[in-house]
Amino acid sequence: MSNNNQFTRRSLLKTAGGIALVSGISAPAILRAQTADVIKIGHLTPRTGFLGPLGEYAAMAADLAVEEINAAGGMMGRKVELLKEDSVNPQTASTKAERMIERDKVACIIGEISSASCLTIAQVASRTKTLFINTGGNSDALRGKDCQRYMFHVESQNSMYVKTVGRSFLRDGLVKGKKWYSLTADYAFGHDLLKVSKRFMEANGGNFAGDDLVPTDATDFSAYLLKIREAKPDLVVINLAGNQVTNFLKQYAEFGLTFPVGGFGFDTALAWAAGKGNFVGTWPVVWHHLLETPGSKAFVTAFTNKYKKPPENQAWGDYVAVKIVAKTINDLKSVESPKIIEHFEKGAKFDVLKTREGYFRASDHQMMHEMYAVTALPADKIKNQWDIFASSPAVPAANEDLEIIAATKEENSCTFPS
Amino acid sequence: MSTMLLAQQILNGLLDGVYYLLIALGLSLIFSLGGIVNLAHGAFYAIGAYLTLVLSPYLGFGGSFVVAPVVVALMGVVIERTLFRRFYRSDPILSLLMTFGLAMVAEQALRMIFGAPPLSYSIPTWLRGQVAIGSFIYSFYRVVLLGIAITCIAALWLLLQKTSFGRVVRAGVQNPDMVGALGISLQPYMSTVAALGIGMAGLAGVLLAPIYSIHPAMGQEIITPAFVVVVIGGLGSFWGVVAAALLVGLVKGVMVGIGYSAASTAAIYLLMLLVLLFRPRGLFGERITRFE
Repeated sequence: MSNNNQFTRRSLLKTAGGIALVSGISAPAILRAQTADVIKIGHLTPRTGFLGPLGEYAAMAADLAVEEINAAGGMMGRKVELLKEDSVNPQTASTKAERMIERDKVACIIGEISSASCLTIAQVASRTKTLFINTGGNSDALRGKDCQRYMFHVESQNSMYVKTVGRSFLRDGLVKGKKWYSLTADYAFGHDLLKVSKRFMEANGGNFAGDDLVPTDATDFSAYLLKIREAKPDLVVINLAGNQVTNFLKQYAEFGLTFPVGGFGFDTALAWAAGKGNFVGTWPVVWHHLLETPGSKAFVTAFTNKYKKPPENQAWGDYVAVKIVAKTINDLKSVESPKIIEHFEKGAKFDVLKTREGYFRASDHQMMHEMYAVTALPADKIKNQWDIFASSPAVPAANEDLEIIAATKEENSCTFPS
Repeated sequence: MSTMLLAQQILNGLLDGVYYLLIALGLSLIFSLGGIVNLAHGAFYAIGAYLTLVLSPYLGFGGSFVVAPVVVALMGVVIERTLFRRFYRSDPILSLLMTFGLAMVAEQALRMIFGAPPLSYSIPTWLRGQVAIGSFIYSFYRVVLLGIAITCIAALWLLLQKTSFGRVVRAGVQNPDMVGALGISLQPYMSTVAALGIGMAGLAGVLLAPIYSIHPAMGQEIITPAFVVVVIGGLGSFWGVVAAALLVGLVKGVMVGIGYSAASTAAIYLLMLLVLLFRPRGLFGERITRFE
């Protein structure tokens, strides 16, 4: 018994000594590795599926931004490490967001394109009180009934897209007393966009000759094209997403239809894929590679040098979001999400590579910034595979308030859950 | 909706179904003879489309139309000789897993070589324009496409029905052991069937490249409806698969035509469910002893 006791005491001492030794030497080293040396940022975006092509640009741009930030001294003197993953679908997106926050201790999450996945990531972000910056989900609901204190939006909301390109349609006399035929992607983004475009149409005295919901996996549009031909609309409105847009444009040209085409959602990569002669119509964009501002030119040059092709609009979103986070963390000398959010809500201004600076609107966390409408060039005016459209001046114009194109409180109201 | 438009939608739906056939017939043939559920079939379709893109600057669309399916068919032979061969006698679930993996490897390889963004490719100038069939105006390219598809399907049917090659293949589907006992090795037949089936998937890739978006995951988009066609049509039945393809195209087209486009994809699965409930072997499925 006594021997046993002695043995136990000795081993206890040894263990205690061991623990003291280990914690004295190694623990600070572990701490340094976790927090002192690197700041981790989580990047989630669809890399496969019908939004995958856009996600690829998002990932390339985020990499470029981090590279530039690290070359300029990182965040608070620490190196930035980007953890990138394919968000796949809303369920997987939320699981991966949780893992990045809880296991990898990321400072914030940036990315996403699918509005449905934005929603599930935002729920994780709110629960864990971690900042999430949405760079590609458009639906108004994310800034309205589903808004979250921890979610901010660099990507424009559907209302901004509709009101931006709506100005071009109004100018060209395609709204008042006219009939539209719309094709809408059958998921959260499309439904939301259809609602906003109907609101615009009603407010401006036009109506719909037809509107069809299109399953996201649809590749053949011939049945829809026959209906459009029969309906003879004044404008064909495309509220589709991802590869759907490319498929539609190629087949619209194939069937030789000539009704004016316009869209309320757009991504440059899809127009590039449709190609010269197939790409037609007027579309809204959040940014494009032909902007003449110094910031945009530098970004386009850096991106083109690194990847041998120009960036598309999704690349802008992720690039700018990473840069905004870096600037904020460096200014505040803090990686705490609540502090960053407070800073954003106070109306901090950021360089978003456009003529005017942008800021997050406190009421719904939407970035207020300039947008553009692009119109396809006729085939004989196209010089290369990238520069296939001409751009409108910035919308809103220089003398207008940036908020003029955003949804009003009446149109889309947000009450952050406490 | 006018009866005229409905007639157009019915016709267009039937034409749409023909594209699935090029994929579905190969799928059905490879399964009937080798018992391999080839989930990688869509990947060969994608490879066909990408090859068109790569070869066109040198050979034109016409040249790619000849060369690309042959290259894809040769890939099919290699895959058959190295991978399929090992699974002919095993549980179909194993070959299903193998081809599922193969499909993912192929898709990722395309993504690594060509990038994830879709690439552009247009209908060659000489195949553009519209044709009027009575008052039904239709894309000239699709009429050509239909002609090519029907020629292929007819040639395949003649090959299977009227040649000694076809007789051995049909016998092999029913009773491979008996074919073996008669001193005929099925091995070269398996390779040829894989080459034919996979080559047709490649051909579909060439034909659809000018009108569909070309991206690494395009194979996934076509494999599911093609599978539904095979299941509805019934294994081992050439005409069953043909009828099912037309039916699937028709159902999809009419659903869009009558204003239920949102349910157009769901409708083909519902159709499959109904067929399986009442005819578990598919519409014209034959009784194949070893699969019962």
